[in-house]
Amino acid sequence: MKRIASILALAVIFGATSASAQTLKTVKDRGILHCGAHGSLAGFGLPDAQGKWAGLDVDMCRAVAAAVFGDDKKVKYVPLSAKDRFTALQSGEVDVLARNTTWTSSRDTQLGLNFTGVNYYDGQGFMVRKSLKVNSALELGEASVCVQQGTTTELNLADYFRANKMKLKTVTFATSNEALKAYDTGRCDAYTTDASGLYSERLRVANSADHIVLPEIISKEPLGPAVRHGDDQWFDVVKWALYAMLNAEELGITSANVDEMAKSTNPDIKRLLGTEGNYGEQLGLPKDWALNIIKQVGNYGESFERNVGSGSPLKIDRGLNKLWNKGGIQYAPPVR
Amino acid sequence: MTMSEGDLAVAQIRFIRRDEIEAQPPPASLIGPLAWLRDNLLSSPFNIAMTVLIALLLAWIIPGLLNFLLIDAVWTGVDRDACREVVQHRVIGACWPFAWERLAYFTYGSYPIPERWRVDVFFAMLAVGVFWILWLKAPRRDLAAYYFFIALPVCSYILLHGFEAIGLPLVDTVLWGGVLVTIVVSAVGIVVSLPLGILLALGRRSDMPTVKLFSVLFIEFVRGVPLVTVLFMASVMLPLFVPEQYSPDKLLRALIGIAMFASAYMAEVVRAGLQAIPKGQFEGAMAVGLGYWQMMRLIVLPQALKITIPNIVNTYIGLFKDTTLVFIVGIFDLLHTIEVSRLDPKWATPVTSTTGYAVAGIFYLTFCYAMSRYARATEARLAKSERR
Repeated sequence: MKRIASILALAVIFGATSASAQTLKTVKDRGILHCGAHGSLAGFGLPDAQGKWAGLDVDMCRAVAAAVFGDDKKVKYVPLSAKDRFTALQSGEVDVLARNTTWTSSRDTQLGLNFTGVNYYDGQGFMVRKSLKVNSALELGEASVCVQQGTTTELNLADYFRANKMKLKTVTFATSNEALKAYDTGRCDAYTTDASGLYSERLRVANSADHIVLPEIISKEPLGPAVRHGDDQWFDVVKWALYAMLNAEELGITSANVDEMAKSTNPDIKRLLGTEGNYGEQLGLPKDWALNIIKQVGNYGESFERNVGSGSPLKIDRGLNKLWNKGGIQYAPPVR
Repeated sequence: MTMSEGDLAVAQIRFIRRDEIEAQPPPASLIGPLAWLRDNLLSSPFNIAMTVLIALLLAWIIPGLLNFLLIDAVWTGVDRDACREVVQHRVIGACWPFAWERLAYFTYGSYPIPERWRVDVFFAMLAVGVFWILWLKAPRRDLAAYYFFIALPVCSYILLHGFEAIGLPLVDTVLWGGVLVTIVVSAVGIVVSLPLGILLALGRRSDMPTVKLFSVLFIEFVRGVPLVTVLFMASVMLPLFVPEQYSPDKLLRALIGIAMFASAYMAEVVRAGLQAIPKGQFEGAMAVGLGYWQMMRLIVLPQALKITIPNIVNTYIGLFKDTTLVFIVGIFDLLHTIEVSRLDPKWATPVTSTTGYAVAGIFYLTFCYAMSRYARATEARLAKSERR
């Protein structure tokens, strides 16, 4: 751990020299956005059969590119592992890190990152067989749980069981694939990982319909894009790319109706789409920055449904990720 | 001397056969499948035990493999439902429609679709080169080496990477993937490692102290570090020290790492061959007035390389499979594209991962077996001189 810390400290020192404070200018001069992505997580970042990247995090990269260049295809996706994602951002290899990264205090401070927002509120959940007749995680008292070892998932699980004074029987495995297989063959009663992962894992078991995801979420995993410390302008650009998508959903602007909406007289819509005021310029972006995002990527709801929600095989319930006025906690400050 | 009556009588009844007797078939116990069985499989108690053991092993593996790959396999379908037991109500083996749909991705990775013909041309050019240089009866083999070592690398670079002046748009190596990357990485490793390995081996046996020291240090350092570490250093640490705009391409870094690695191993293989050449060969060459390079080129290396062919090919096969390690630094080689594809929720079933790995297994087995067969044939051809 100490070694990792010192390597990262090194990264910060060298990162500061190589990654100039003017990321927006660098990106514009280069003509293409370098985006650190996951590359192997269904719904968040995964190349499809044509080799085209798709996912909720990938849409974040596309949105930034659409805002800066007016073209969501000007992105170079750099697949990063959990280990090298922060050094890649620090060294300037990528301009934005949108790789299913949990926003925590130590990452926000010690690693020199700035999280620009939360594009997915995740949390650890449980999957059980329906035949177990369990409706709540609190009833898992005597159950055995399959989990991947060495992860925060394993620690959260122990914390939750201790806090609720339940007896924990874990069966740990080196990879999530093995853990799931063990659960599917009946070695444990429950399987736990992040809720977004549970939905894609559920498709992989022999009979998906025999399994349910329990309602309890036992940890907070706010996932969001991150940029380097020390460049507030770029921080604003990435932050407002997400806010533009959220505001668009709130105002009912979709990729289909955005051109019509541009003629609207609603002042909120006019400000967002750049037909009134100079809010794009204030960000260092073109006037129609948000219009391009919505036209090419869609609003947040569209992106969610297409990648992880009802329009995708994952069928994840929006839950916490509903807008604030629909019962969720996704909330964006207004453009004005 | 005269013959008596009696002698004559004896001579008349003596039988002298004038034509050759027709060959009799060997006894039934020495020919036919039964004898073959007895000779090869059941000749001793130990042999019998081995035969039984192996037969049991095959009986244990082959039916399962055939069932999974062929008999229970699913051949058509559009999504995961085609490969799910609960939907199809039968035992499900390999899910081939998944592999079929992903075949283009396994081959080209994210290479832009309108530009994929360039990869096809590259594959074709490489195949021509390989046949030309390896097939002994091919015409104008003297030109094959120039084609393979000069024309092909240059053309491949222009084709795959792009050259805007002649209308080929640039394709960033981040988009390369699948079989393309596996072939490029192993071809570079294979082509670079032999000449570099020979130079390093000669350097290590050289009388010149600096050359010797450099060769020894290079070989021992590179052999002493795991390939994974070299790749990690190249992909994670290098960008920290070099400003972003000057840092070399990620694929290039991996290529250099792998080429260095293979060269160090190749150097030791070649050195073993040099070691085995009797001193008389060197002295004889010097006695007829050959210089160092002439001696090496005409007398020593042809003999040394001939006896190391099995080891050289062994190194090549190892290298070909080691290329899968580039996957940990985020390069999409064949195994990585399979690893990614098996996560596609559209095809998420319990058999998807196994099907993907079966594709990888078949691919690597085919290529490694082909390499090994060609080496066996070459060995046999070169060994003729010793059998005379």
